[in-house]
Amino acid sequence: MRGSLKELDYSILQQCMRCGMCLPACPTYDATKRERHSPRGRISLMRSVADGELKITGEFVAEMSYCLGCLACQTACPAGVDYSNLLETARSDIQTHGPRATLVARFWRAVTIRGLFMRPRLLRFAGRCLGLYQQLGLQTAFRKLHLTKLLPPHLKKLEPQAPTMARRFSHQLIAAVESPLQGKRHRVALLTGCVQDLAFSAINRDTADVLLANGCEVYTPPIQPCCGSLHAHNGEAEAARTLARRMIDLFPPSEFDAIISNAGGCGNHLRHYGQLLAQDPTYITRAKLWDTKLRDIHEWLIQIGCRAPRPGVAALTVTYHDSCHLTHGQKVTSQPRELLRLIPGIKLVELPEANWCCGSAGIYNVTQPEQSELLLNRKIDHILRTGAEVLATSNPGCHLQIARGLQAAGSNIQMLQPVTLLARAYKSEQSAGR
Amino acid sequence: MPLTESHFQELRKIVGNENVLTAREDIIPYEFDGTAALKHRAEVVILPANTQEVSACVKFAAAHKIPVVTRGSGTGLSGGSVPSEGCLVLCLTRMDKIISVDAANLTLRAQCGVITANVDAAANTHGLFYPPDPGSMKISTIGGNVAENSGGLRGLKYGVTRDYVMGLEVVMPDGQIARLGNACVKDVAGYSMKDLFIGSEGTLGIITEVLLKLLPKPAARRTMLASYDRMEDAANTVSAIIAARIIPCTLEFLDRTTIGCVEDYAKIGLPRDCEALLLMETDGHPSAVEDEAAKMLEIARAHRARDVRVASNDAEALKLASARRSAFSALARVRPTTILEDVTVPRDQLATMVGFIAQVAKKHNLLVGTFGHMGDGNLHPTFLTDERNADEMHRVHLALEEIVDKTLELGGTITGEHGIGLAKKQWLKRQLGEASHGLMRRIKHSLDPHNLLNPGKIFD
Repeated sequence: MRGSLKELDYSILQQCMRCGMCLPACPTYDATKRERHSPRGRISLMRSVADGELKITGEFVAEMSYCLGCLACQTACPAGVDYSNLLETARSDIQTHGPRATLVARFWRAVTIRGLFMRPRLLRFAGRCLGLYQQLGLQTAFRKLHLTKLLPPHLKKLEPQAPTMARRFSHQLIAAVESPLQGKRHRVALLTGCVQDLAFSAINRDTADVLLANGCEVYTPPIQPCCGSLHAHNGEAEAARTLARRMIDLFPPSEFDAIISNAGGCGNHLRHYGQLLAQDPTYITRAKLWDTKLRDIHEWLIQIGCRAPRPGVAALTVTYHDSCHLTHGQKVTSQPRELLRLIPGIKLVELPEANWCCGSAGIYNVTQPEQSELLLNRKIDHILRTGAEVLATSNPGCHLQIARGLQAAGSNIQMLQPVTLLARAYKSEQSAGR
Repeated sequence: MPLTESHFQELRKIVGNENVLTAREDIIPYEFDGTAALKHRAEVVILPANTQEVSACVKFAAAHKIPVVTRGSGTGLSGGSVPSEGCLVLCLTRMDKIISVDAANLTLRAQCGVITANVDAAANTHGLFYPPDPGSMKISTIGGNVAENSGGLRGLKYGVTRDYVMGLEVVMPDGQIARLGNACVKDVAGYSMKDLFIGSEGTLGIITEVLLKLLPKPAARRTMLASYDRMEDAANTVSAIIAARIIPCTLEFLDRTTIGCVEDYAKIGLPRDCEALLLMETDGHPSAVEDEAAKMLEIARAHRARDVRVASNDAEALKLASARRSAFSALARVRPTTILEDVTVPRDQLATMVGFIAQVAKKHNLLVGTFGHMGDGNLHPTFLTDERNADEMHRVHLALEEIVDKTLELGGTITGEHGIGLAKKQWLKRQLGEASHGLMRRIKHSLDPHNLLNPGKIFD
């Protein structure tokens, strides 16, 4: 993600030899059968911009925004095209050289991406306010009185999708340092995320518990910056670099055996700090070391030989949805399934099209609601047909999106994450042991 | 003559507003197909929904003398669907219905835009199969396969697309709709006109519907992968298998460069330290398969195969075949530009040709990865280069010239399955000779006197 398409190493664009193998993997090509909505088509547009044949037009901007960024094309691509890098560069180019966005859009970008998500304390404060709004019944009242109609269009779209805030955030659930009761084998850092911290702090607690149960000392500083994934995906390259530096300062990579992420989307961005900070002589060495230490939680647990919980939990049929950036970005596909199979009593059934995007895709469900909804319905249909009682996944965006879809479909399938199921299984053996 | 808004208006009346693409952002992605270093911008891209709309578009084009280039998913490897000067592109991917599967007569009728893999999947639900399996089958269209007479990995035993086409519906250069061939196994009513259109690369007519022959699915299949320290040993294994009166469905090879690239992509544990891999597959009655597989294993070992891995189940067999299918694209990992050739020689000349390619690459200081259908004598030497390096590109052209000359000297053909298109037309006359080349031109001229369908392809 270096500045503009024109400055980008041209061979990254040339890497696409236009064979078309990405087409069947692309959800937007699948929906429209139009070349411009395919990875190969988008790369041809980017190449035209790099060649100076095409300016950054409104249609170019629309196309880069229509891309989910799910990276299914990267899994499909035999030629190894770095599509993620190309898309982020194109979006960054749009921010610096594209047509000026509307005043409203710029205002919300300033408030959210450049404001809240740069300041973790402020973000938590906003989360607290949203939580109060939800918990005091204001949300229900607001909706009943149709006051949501008064909101600006962006907020009106966001309001029903706002995640329910947790009553306690991660730092209120996890101490800065927690050690296993016996047999400390590893020292790891735990990244608590932004949405994950506000809406799913319990999953962060479960992650810490599972790590402790597997001999890891867990370091979880109470205030953590955003990893910058939101910024990179939305063309804010400089902000992404600033946040990466803050992360590296807070978690010196040489001090840990692993740095653990439990959110698929963040994890994929977090593994590429070396690429992001390639031009920064002060940070590049640490950034490269950081990349080698970064592990998705499932990947790490399997790597260190995760202990199978003793039998004791009730039988449960579980199906698993691959978050795009975990499977296509980080290539972590077998490990979450292996972890689920480790838990006695759990029967894992495969979900058809498990690695097809659910339409959450960062803020895609806000920016492209129609296409997002089509993908969500397709996902929900498949989930309902598995007959599973639990849908497991491990990315907050997918979690929120699919939970909303299941609720709308009137389904009582529970949404849980593999670490939660594992943490529960470890807990039940403690209570059984007493 | 550049097209104007009034032309676009006429076309919109035929196919609807949303199916006429004129904005630059919409048509730039249709400038190319899967062939390296070729591109041209169309004036307009049209996405018709049915044969009638195709016919109306062609009539409109004929009336205004506008060239027409037909395209499916744009995966061709000879530039056949790259837009011609001032043309309108007919992209037929919306015509993607399987019309019927006739299990009693073992046929399948489909619109031209059906994805090849979906043809096989539809056959499969009736216990039948469609043998041609080109490398791009997951996205290539059946109409494109027929227009290019595509091959695949099973050609040795099952032949190519032509062997499975029983009938066609084509829109002719004047817009008339003709039906050629039928569902009868025997049919000698006049000239076999369908055969003229198979492999015609969109220069004689537009294929809008196909009637395909299906086969009963083989009851058993066995897949093996043999590794060798010398390419010659792999080639000799192939000759020995055929000499032993065995016709396996697949005998594919990869050289060392290709193996490395495929393994980087597919990660299925291919040995990176050998000079050649031979993918062998036999199918049919279980006892015959058992017997043939044992003999092939023995022959491979007798020809110094270092190791022979037998796929333990269908999933593993599929993985091996899919990995082989990805070879061409995977080679693009190495250098920015990937120039793929398709020379084919009589089987007994294969070892000579493989050796010659290696020699030529060395002589011109070029990087080449070679893979292909060893059982068919069909090779895909792939030059890994950079189109921005003029000197290197010049050397690639010198090497190609020498390879073409050698191929013709050995009684081979410049293209086994990719077609002439733009990429190989400079050598066509050299292979065919004046009379045969002239005959082709006369046929083209009599069907398409104004040279409106895919002009500049096959001939200048």
